[in-house]
Amino acid sequence: MKEINELNLPEDVKYTDDHEWAKLDGDVATIGISDYAQDQLGDIVFVELPETGSTFDKGEEFGSVESVKAVSELYMPLGGEIVEINAELEDAPEQVNSAPYGGGWMVKIKIADMAEFEALMDKSAYLASLEG
Amino acid sequence: MSHTSSETTWMPTGTTGLIFNEPLLWEQGAEGRCGMSVPESDVLMSPLDSELVGDGPDWPNLSELDVVRHFTRLSQWNFGVDSNMYPLGSCTMKYNPKINERQAALPGFAGSHPLLPESLSQGALKLLYDLERYLAEVTGLPAISLQPAAGSHGELTGMLIFAAYHKAQGKPRHKVLIPDTAHGTNPASAALCGFKSIPLASGEDGILTPEMVDELMDEDTAGIMITNPNTLGLFENNIKEVAEVIHAKGGLIYGDGANMNAVMGIVNMADVGVDVLHLNLHKTFSTPHGGGGPGAGPVCVTEALRPFLPVPRVVKEGDTYRWDEDYPQSVGKVHAFYGNFGVLVRAYSYVLSMGPFLKKASQLAVLNANYIKESLKEVFHLPFDRVCMHECVFTDKYQEQHKVATLDMAKRLMDYGFHPPTVYFPLVVHGAIMIEPTESENKETLDRFIAAMRAIAEEAREHPDLLHQAPRNPKLGRLDETLAARKPCLCG
Repeated sequence: MKEINELNLPEDVKYTDDHEWAKLDGDVATIGISDYAQDQLGDIVFVELPETGSTFDKGEEFGSVESVKAVSELYMPLGGEIVEINAELEDAPEQVNSAPYGGGWMVKIKIADMAEFEALMDKSAYLASLEG
Repeated sequence: MSHTSSETTWMPTGTTGLIFNEPLLWEQGAEGRCGMSVPESDVLMSPLDSELVGDGPDWPNLSELDVVRHFTRLSQWNFGVDSNMYPLGSCTMKYNPKINERQAALPGFAGSHPLLPESLSQGALKLLYDLERYLAEVTGLPAISLQPAAGSHGELTGMLIFAAYHKAQGKPRHKVLIPDTAHGTNPASAALCGFKSIPLASGEDGILTPEMVDELMDEDTAGIMITNPNTLGLFENNIKEVAEVIHAKGGLIYGDGANMNAVMGIVNMADVGVDVLHLNLHKTFSTPHGGGGPGAGPVCVTEALRPFLPVPRVVKEGDTYRWDEDYPQSVGKVHAFYGNFGVLVRAYSYVLSMGPFLKKASQLAVLNANYIKESLKEVFHLPFDRVCMHECVFTDKYQEQHKVATLDMAKRLMDYGFHPPTVYFPLVVHGAIMIEPTESENKETLDRFIAAMRAIAEEAREHPDLLHQAPRNPKLGRLDETLAARKPCLCG
């Protein structure tokens, strides 16, 4: 288990209380789980993702990750429509552990309300919440 | 005999011994070897339709001794409650008295067939009828179906009854409240009946408060599923007030009876407001448990919910027993015939052999858990430091600084000869270690377990690598659980 100062928390993504992250590119956001989340969950063995085209509200459950310890729900940091899912995770769920902000990304959504993105935590706020 | 303290007499129970490697049955034997003889056919030979003819089954070619050694060797790799303490939290791995097996093996029970006419099944029907009465006495709920074959199956039946009840009121409801200290299968059972499960966080003391329940309860909520004692091993002290809040808005209370071993003969479930309760006979009533064997999860309900119970039902008229299916509001059949009969015979044997001592069993189960809790709370972090019921929950918080996690300690316990406790459950406790000793263990065994746990806490400080590499004594060391989950090998 990592100490808080060992966590990889990039500056160019935003975070949620539920340990998801979102990165913006135009009106599309890429979503995954933070280094803290993957570290706490342990080795991930399965990722369940929604279908492209489905829509979610902010805070709604959009899938789940299963580790050797437990199954955890995934919650949408932002409302919107799923435009792409990371199909590679089906065969290589370990990418969520090895590259949570890279190959371990989960879904891309077309954001419905940009204000929701602005309301997410930046690195320092997220770090403060972890130290809480 | 002199009395010495457990400290001086304590020796680790786990040790290494001669264990045999054993290949799969199909990887041994030789063509033509056979351990059985088929009796001469006493029916006339008749040609088979060629479409029905094919290759025979691929039986291994083995002698009787090959087979006996195979399964004896496999059994030596195994660990069960007949070998040593099995403190798997929330599973109630109590000892299964052998008298239960003896009764279930009686030819009249073992050889009975569910399609025999009622007139030839009076003994079996009486057993089912009487067992229902005994379980009604233990729970305080008068109407029972023995059909469900597992705890989760009992939950499903209970949720079907919730749905049928609200439908009969003319107002189907769509949500069910489920606390975060409930059993993990509860949301799935609710979802299968079309309910949306609404999670409910437990309060600071690890139990529900009526205020929190009131906030979420509404006219579209069918009721609440409460595990009591809950999965933190704590009694829901506010259960009555919670039930009043739910009932006031027309809802029902589902009691997950998986933890009934703490309260047999102590809590009357009807008095505290429970409307539907399932029992796990394979936990509380000492029928065999685990390994995928058959279970039994009877459902007990209030008089008001009796019309909705599954069919068929056993009824008694004068001195005879018969099946009755004429209950138009019933949720229907939930299992072939009337559940797992052999399991029910074992539970019946247990209830009759224990009699009034069922209450004592619960009292000792609670005492044992509290003894462990008090004996270990110095060395393991106890998130809720209050009197527990039949199980107690620690965490790895004190060991984290040595980079030792719950999993490492659970694995190390195997080297000391104990089955690991439940780990990482309940989910509300980070790094949970959930210990349920049951009433079966005597003080010497509890002391050996406590000594082993203390030794492990010491090792976590002094030799953390011992724990990272554990277990060493079992036939196989640390297994790659991740690889097993990601790339399961399903052969045999």
